[in-house]
Amino acid sequence: MLRASLAGGFVLAFHLPVRGANELEQPSDNPAGQFAPNAFIRIDHAGKTTLVMPQVEMGQGVYTAIPMILADELDADLSQVVLEHAPPNDKLYGNPIFGIQATGNSNSIRAFWKPLRIAGAGARAMLVQAAASQWQVDPASCTAANGIVTHAATGRTASYGDLADTAAALPAPTDPPLKDPKDFTLIGKPLKRLDTPNKTDGKVIYAIDAIIPDMKIATLAQSPVFGGKVAHVDDSAAKNIPGIQKVVVLDDLVAVVGDHMYTAKKGLDALVITWDNGPNAQINSNDIWNDLRAASRKDGVIAKSVGDVAKGLTQGDRYEGEYELPFLAHATMEPMNCTVRLTPGACEIWTGTQVMTRVQATAAKAAGVPIDKVTVHNHLLGGGFGRRLEADMVASAVRIAKEVDAPVKVIWTREEDIQHDIYRPIYRDVISATLSNGKIVAWKYKVSGSSIMARWFLPGFQNDIDIDAVDSAVDMPYDIPNRQVAYVRAEPPAVPTGFWRGVGPNNNVFAIECFMDELARKANLDPVAFRRGMLGNNPRLKAALDLVAEKSGWGQPLPPRAGRGVSVQPSFASFIATVVEAEVDNNGEVHLRRVTSAVDTGIAVNPDIIVAQLQGGLIFGLTAALWGEVTIDKGRVRQSNFNDYRMLRIDEVPNIEVHVIKSSEDPGGIGETGATAGPPALRNAIYAATGVALRRLPVDRAALAVNKA
Amino acid sequence: MSPLGDGRVETRGMTKLRINGESRDVEAPDDMPLLWVLRDLLGLTGTKFGCGIAQCGACTVHIDGKPVRSCLLAVGSIGNSAITTIEGISATEAGAKVQKAWLDLEVIQCGYCQSGQIMSAAALLAANAKPDDADIDAAMAGNICRCGTYVRIRAAIKRAAAEA
Repeated sequence: MLRASLAGGFVLAFHLPVRGANELEQPSDNPAGQFAPNAFIRIDHAGKTTLVMPQVEMGQGVYTAIPMILADELDADLSQVVLEHAPPNDKLYGNPIFGIQATGNSNSIRAFWKPLRIAGAGARAMLVQAAASQWQVDPASCTAANGIVTHAATGRTASYGDLADTAAALPAPTDPPLKDPKDFTLIGKPLKRLDTPNKTDGKVIYAIDAIIPDMKIATLAQSPVFGGKVAHVDDSAAKNIPGIQKVVVLDDLVAVVGDHMYTAKKGLDALVITWDNGPNAQINSNDIWNDLRAASRKDGVIAKSVGDVAKGLTQGDRYEGEYELPFLAHATMEPMNCTVRLTPGACEIWTGTQVMTRVQATAAKAAGVPIDKVTVHNHLLGGGFGRRLEADMVASAVRIAKEVDAPVKVIWTREEDIQHDIYRPIYRDVISATLSNGKIVAWKYKVSGSSIMARWFLPGFQNDIDIDAVDSAVDMPYDIPNRQVAYVRAEPPAVPTGFWRGVGPNNNVFAIECFMDELARKANLDPVAFRRGMLGNNPRLKAALDLVAEKSGWGQPLPPRAGRGVSVQPSFASFIATVVEAEVDNNGEVHLRRVTSAVDTGIAVNPDIIVAQLQGGLIFGLTAALWGEVTIDKGRVRQSNFNDYRMLRIDEVPNIEVHVIKSSEDPGGIGETGATAGPPALRNAIYAATGVALRRLPVDRAALAVNKA
Repeated sequence: MSPLGDGRVETRGMTKLRINGESRDVEAPDDMPLLWVLRDLLGLTGTKFGCGIAQCGACTVHIDGKPVRSCLLAVGSIGNSAITTIEGISATEAGAKVQKAWLDLEVIQCGYCQSGQIMSAAALLAANAKPDDADIDAAMAGNICRCGTYVRIRAAIKRAAAEA
């Protein structure tokens, strides 16, 4: 156990790496009498308070926010709190929104806000009841704070540890009274993060750092062409490299197992692999785009209809817009990896995942053992962004491990990571709208693209509508009397598609907010004023827009070829307005000058983490807008590493100010919101600076250049 | 010495390294990058693999106080130079200041790149007690952070520099 002393008096003990659930059910200090009122809280005789984290930590701060919620309602003694990862168990730890144990969609706090408060408050009520029974007083005359129950009238006190046995015998209340938000002691405060001290000194263990006795290291090559197979492997050169243990040849991949990553990589480079490219060897980006454009001319399935859009489109001046977004890779800083130990009838894996039970089931299937014989050691994630909502890296690692007589850690090179991602799909959005007297009369919107839900979560794909693909379009925030949203499912050939930070709203907010700026110009209205006039039914978003306009210096003079762009979004139940200020040089290069956001995310459980998530999310989105694009040629991904799949760097990032609006509404989501907010605001800044209405990402410098090449 | 398939020979013997003030003997081929020596032979996993081509900075260590990408640094080229990794950086004045500022300003999110960020920042401060924005840009542009912590990295370097 590592102990970390944190500023602000929040002192927690942190278990790393994970302990499995089986160990936890047999605590050494008190096998019989531990107070465990629910799946999230256990208190032993010594008062040690174990909080179990149902959601995974990938940088978004959930390992601070969840303990804050539990400990606040519990009135726990923070110096006694220990955190643990939840084991795989959908029944106990399933995300209430998904029904499975998944961390994604910026919904950890939204989904668990009530259940965790009830868990904390219920445990507290039982401890208070236990004390009141012992003292034969009315529970209402007792108070709890800092892990101690007090009966003020008689001056008696009892610690939670002392009360554990008595409390454990009580029934858990089904509907315990929750705190009035004014009585929160932790929620709403910018408390220090609990996961970061060990991230400053190299002590934190990510999955890639797992060290298992007698472990070997492997690295792999998957078919460069999607869906290709191994035809032949000449390993004569590789076999002679000292430290190479084995060359593993499976139908779709080749792995080299060595004493360490260096020999494994060297061995892989020395192989001569002949691939059977299969049917996808001629696929290229051009054809994929042409297919999507053709598909986008279909009518689609109506996902939302308000008023009479056909009639509305005949009233006023009509305008059209089409927007296109590219394939994107996730490029988590920690490359894909998984460590596997197979023993007769059982499988143990060390990984970093957003989907605990899915990787468990995947490992079980690949290993050929029952699910309950798979132990999953999850870790803090070196980035998730949706990539670790998939289990492919676990499946391939187990398949490789089956060929090796030792535990094996499989590490993907960055090139494998980028070229064998599960990509953010390409999207095309087609909009028709009519304008009259500075207001939108009708809005017809059609999104065309892959359905990730159909593969990943079928309940999210019903009646041919992908709820993620139309998210933030069906609930667009503007008062428009006639409105229609349609969806065309269009799957790209061979390229696997998956969730990427910002998910569906990333696409829809971009198209909506870009077209809003074009309509504002047609209406001869300022972009902020134009939006503001149609946010009457959305006071929270309107307030955010007003605040960001004030804080960003909206309307104040700027140099030539500099501009400000605005975007607003109600996505993930947070109301956010963002202004990006950018300058476009004569070569068409875009320089960020300043970014400002205002956010109403309801009760900000930890306001500093809200700010950090928006700052980081904005950079994530702006990176994609300025540089992000995966292209396909001859069935292969052309990009391979950070040299050709570019990230924004510190010298390209301006100051980012985030203003958190105080609110008493239930918390909204935050992790993905910045990724969604940045691109349209940037594009609108470029539009303001140059008059060029870009309709595709990433930014096309040639279209912006004054000095034409 | 052992033969390779292509007829080359590879040196394989004990290499003596000075890491975080301690002498360590490792058995590694001379061309093995320091990154994998640290991680896979010595269990010093704080230094991270990010790209393997010196593009991301996650593997940054100090060689005689200078920041170097260990993913492309052949272990045989290091000789008697002092290697400092994230595990040892708190022993340096600049390193300790940077670590503290990182926590004071809550720079870190997923944290995977932060060993490298801290090593680059510590080297900057050791060489330049009062870096301005351009100095920070020049010293830190080689370190990618996918979580986007750059705004706080800049502020934390200034905070660390302001600590007397």
